[in-house]
Amino acid sequence: MSQKSEKKFRLRILRQNGPERKDTKRWEEFQITWRPQMNIISALMEIRKDPVTTEGKSVTPIVWESVCLEEVCGSCTMVVNGRVRQACTALVDALSPNGETITLEPMTKFPLVRDLLVDRSRMFNDLKRVKAWVLLDGTHELGPGPRQSQETQEEAYPLSRCMTCGCCLEACPQVNDSRQHPHAAAINQVRLFNLHPSGKMHAAERIEALMGPDGVGGCGKAQNCVEVCPKEIPLVDSIAVVSRQATKHMLFRWLLK
Amino acid sequence: MATKSILKSESSANHVCRRVIVVGGGLAGLTTVIKLCEAGVPVDLFSLVPVKRSHSVCAQGGINASVNTKGEGDSPQVHLEETVYGGDFLANQPPVKGMADAAPGIVFMLDRMGVPFNRTPEGLLDFRRFGGTLFHRTAFAGATTGQQLLYALDEQVRRFETIDVEDERGVVVRGEKMVRKFEWYDFLSLVLDEQGVARGIVAQDVKTMEIEAFVADAVCLATGGPGIVFGRSTNSVINTGTAASAAYQQGACYANGEFIQVHPTAIPGADKLRLISESARGEGGRVWVPRDPKEKRRGRDVPEKDREYFLEEKYPGYGNLVPRDIASRELFLKCFHEKRGIYNSGSKRNENEVYLDLTHLPREMLEKKLSGILEIYEKFVGEDPYDNPMRVFPAVHYSMGGLWVDFERSSSGSLVTGSPRNQATNIEGLYAAGECDYQYHGANRLGANSLLSCIYGGMVTGPAIATYRKNLAKSSFDFPDALFEKARKREQERYGRILKMDGPENPYRLHEELGEMMLRDVTIERHNATLDTVIAKIDELEDRAHRAGVTDTSGHANQGAPFIRHLFNMIVLARVMAVGARRRDESRGAHFKPAFRDRNDAEWLKTTLAFHRGGVNGQNHGIEYVTSIDYSINGKALHATGQVDTSLVKPRARKYETAGAAAATATATAATKAEKPEEASR
Repeated sequence: MSQKSEKKFRLRILRQNGPERKDTKRWEEFQITWRPQMNIISALMEIRKDPVTTEGKSVTPIVWESVCLEEVCGSCTMVVNGRVRQACTALVDALSPNGETITLEPMTKFPLVRDLLVDRSRMFNDLKRVKAWVLLDGTHELGPGPRQSQETQEEAYPLSRCMTCGCCLEACPQVNDSRQHPHAAAINQVRLFNLHPSGKMHAAERIEALMGPDGVGGCGKAQNCVEVCPKEIPLVDSIAVVSRQATKHMLFRWLLK
Repeated sequence: MATKSILKSESSANHVCRRVIVVGGGLAGLTTVIKLCEAGVPVDLFSLVPVKRSHSVCAQGGINASVNTKGEGDSPQVHLEETVYGGDFLANQPPVKGMADAAPGIVFMLDRMGVPFNRTPEGLLDFRRFGGTLFHRTAFAGATTGQQLLYALDEQVRRFETIDVEDERGVVVRGEKMVRKFEWYDFLSLVLDEQGVARGIVAQDVKTMEIEAFVADAVCLATGGPGIVFGRSTNSVINTGTAASAAYQQGACYANGEFIQVHPTAIPGADKLRLISESARGEGGRVWVPRDPKEKRRGRDVPEKDREYFLEEKYPGYGNLVPRDIASRELFLKCFHEKRGIYNSGSKRNENEVYLDLTHLPREMLEKKLSGILEIYEKFVGEDPYDNPMRVFPAVHYSMGGLWVDFERSSSGSLVTGSPRNQATNIEGLYAAGECDYQYHGANRLGANSLLSCIYGGMVTGPAIATYRKNLAKSSFDFPDALFEKARKREQERYGRILKMDGPENPYRLHEELGEMMLRDVTIERHNATLDTVIAKIDELEDRAHRAGVTDTSGHANQGAPFIRHLFNMIVLARVMAVGARRRDESRGAHFKPAFRDRNDAEWLKTTLAFHRGGVNGQNHGIEYVTSIDYSINGKALHATGQVDTSLVKPRARKYETAGAAAATATATAATKAEKPEEASR
C-alpha cells in the first residue's frame, strides 16, 4: 500500500459564523496533503496551520469541538458524508480511498454555535431531569458496596459507556425543535440506574420523569439511534425495558389509588 | 425538595452566597467539589469543556487499592512501599501513605456510586495486575475505568446542582444551588489581593469571548497535566497546562517539572498517540521484537523461537510489568540504539515499533476485560488485535511534576485530616489537586495510581479548603469590586493585544516545532548538550511567538486567539521542564541521563522548586530555583523545604530484576503466596 507523499484530498465544510448569522452560511473547500493514519481531526488541524480555501481565499480556521481523539469523550460528533458520527474515528483512508472529497456538517438537532460546533447542554440537563445518579448517603467510609453478579455487571457496563455524544438525538425522527422528547441516551441512563442495587430504590422517581405525553411512550421505534451509536449501546432494548417499567409503574400506581 | 419552606426570605435576599471556586472537572476537581458540598461549602465549578468530557475519561486500566481480594497478603503498607520504590524515592511519603490507606475506602465509595467494576464469581470486586507490583491490586471497569469513574463523580456533582444551599442556621438560600457549573470557560489568572492572597479568578467564556472576574473565598486548580507541550502525546487536546502555567507565572511554585512519564505502549498516530493500557500486560500481554532485525514476516507468523521477549528476559522478577520508565527505556533501546523495530511492508523499512501480543489469551476474557482498548486499536489501526500482535511505541503520558503543594504530617506518618496545609500551594487561598500537583508519584508514577491520586487529592483538598475558609479573617466577598475589576481589565487588555497580533508566524506551526523538539530531546534520554540547545530554542520560540499572527479575530467562539495565550503558557512550562532536566545531573525514575546513569541521593534526593521570574515588558521568562518556601495560611507563617520526607521507607536502589524487590514488607510473600501477619498500621 505504498502511497505517494503528495497525495491530496479535499474537505468540503458547511460553515456559519454564529447562530444568528444565517447570512454567513456557506460551503468552503480545503485541499489537504494526505498523511498516514489521518483522521478528520488531524485534517482539520492541518487546515488551521494554513487556512486557505481551494479558491485561494484566506479564511479563519474551522471551529470544532474535540477532546480525547479516541472516541471516549463524545466531543467531536459531526455529520461526515451525511452520517452522524465521531470525527476522530472517521479515517481519511476509509472515507476517501481515491482522494474523494469528504463533506463535514454540524449536527442539526442542537443550537449551532459556530461552524461545526453545537451546544449540547440539553443532553446534560436531561440527565438532571431523569435523576441519573445513585442517591449516595455520602463519600465517607461505609464499607463495600452491594455485591453484584458478573451478569449484572455485563449488562450495566455497556449501558454505562454512553458518552453523551448526541448521535442518537441527531438520528431520531422524533427529536425536533418543538418536541422535547426524552432521547435514547437519557432513557438508557434510567435503565442503567434502575438496574443498580441501590439505584433501583429510587426507580420510581426516574420513571415518573419519563411519563406524560412527551415521555418514553413518544418513541416512534424508527431504531435509528441504535444504528448510529458509536458505542453500540443496545438503545432500543433500553427503551423497551424502560417502557415496560413505565407501564408497570402506571398500573401499580393506579391500583394503589 | 424544591418546595422546602423558605423562611426569612427577606434576609436571604441580601445573603451573599460565599462560594469557593474549583477549576477543572476531572476526577480531582469533581471529588473536591463533592467533598466541599458535603462540608456545606457551595462551589462554582469552572471547566474548559463540559466536565463529562474531561481528560480523566481517557484513563483505561484501573485504580489501585490493596483490598487483597485474592488472598495474596497485599496491604496498604505494601502499596505505600511499592509506590515510593516505583517513584525512585522522590515522593514525600506521608501523602503516599495517606493515599494507600484510603484507597480501599475510595474504591468501595466508587462502587457504591454505581461504577460498573468487573466482578468475581462471588460478586466481589475483581482486581488485576499492573506495573511495579506482583499483587492483584487494580480494580477496573473493562478497559475504560477512567470514563466510568468520571461519570460516577459527574453524576454526584450533577445531583449537587439540584440541591439548595443552606445558610449556617439551615435556612435555604433562595435560588442558590450547591454547585453552579461554568462550562466552556478558560482560566486566565487568579485575582490576588495586596497581600498576594487568592480572592477569585478571571476566566473567559470561550463562546461569547467575554472576560469576567469571579469572587471566591478559595480557589482549587484541578486542571490536569501539560502533555500537549510535547505536541502529540496520549493526552487530550485540552491538556496544555495553561492554568497551572498561569498560576506559576503569578507566583505559585512549580515542583519537579522535569519528571515526565513516557508510557511504553501507544499507537502512533497523526494527531495523537493513542494509549494501549498497561492492563493489556496486566492480563498477560507480552512485549517482543523479532530476534532477526531483517525479519519480514507478519507478527503472527513469526514462531516463538524467533521472538525476543526482551522485558521478560532482562527483568525476570517483574517481566512485562516493570514500571513504565524502565519499559519505555528498554523499548527505546531496542528501536533506536539496536535498530530492531518492526518491518513495515508499506514503508519498506523497520519502523520504531515493538509487538504487544495478546493473541495467546482467551478471546472471551479479552472481550470482558480489555474490549475498550482493543476497539481503539481496531478502529485506528484497522487490524484485529485478537489475532495480530499489536504494534506499539512509547508516548508522553503523564507529568509527575506540577504545582508545589504542602502537607501536614500526622503522628502516625500520614496526613492530618482537614489540615489547611494539605494540597495548599504557596499562594494563600490557592489549592491544587490531581495531575496538576506534584505530590504523589515522585520520579515515576505506577500505573493505576493516577486515578487514585486524583480522587484522594480531591478528598484531601475539599476538607482542607473548608478549614481554610472557616478561619478566613476577611472573606473575599467583603473586598471592593475594584480589586476584581482591575484583574479583569488586565486580562481584557492582554486579550486585546492578542487580537491585534498580525505577525508572520502561525501559532499552530510554532506549537508543532515546540512539540517535536520536546518529544525528541526532553523525554526518554536526556543529554546536557542537547538540553542546552533546547533551552536556547525555547527562547527563540518565545521571541517568535511574539511575532505570531492571530488566525481569528472574531468576537464569537474564537479558538485561534486563546490558542496564542495557551502557546505562551506552554512555552513557559517547556522551559521549566527543560531547565529542570538540565540541572539534575543524575538518573532517577523517568529522568534518565546516559552521562549520569546512577541515582545520586547525596545531591539530588530533593524536590526541584521553581519560581517564575521575568516575563514583563516583553522580556523573556526566567526561572529561579530555591531550596525552601515561606508562605502563610490564615495569617500563620509556614516554612517548607525541598527535602523529601523519607520517614517511612528508607531509600534503596531499585532492582526489578528480582521478584518482590519493590516491597520490603512483602518480599517473597507475593512470589510464594505465603501469608504474612498484617503489618499495615492503623
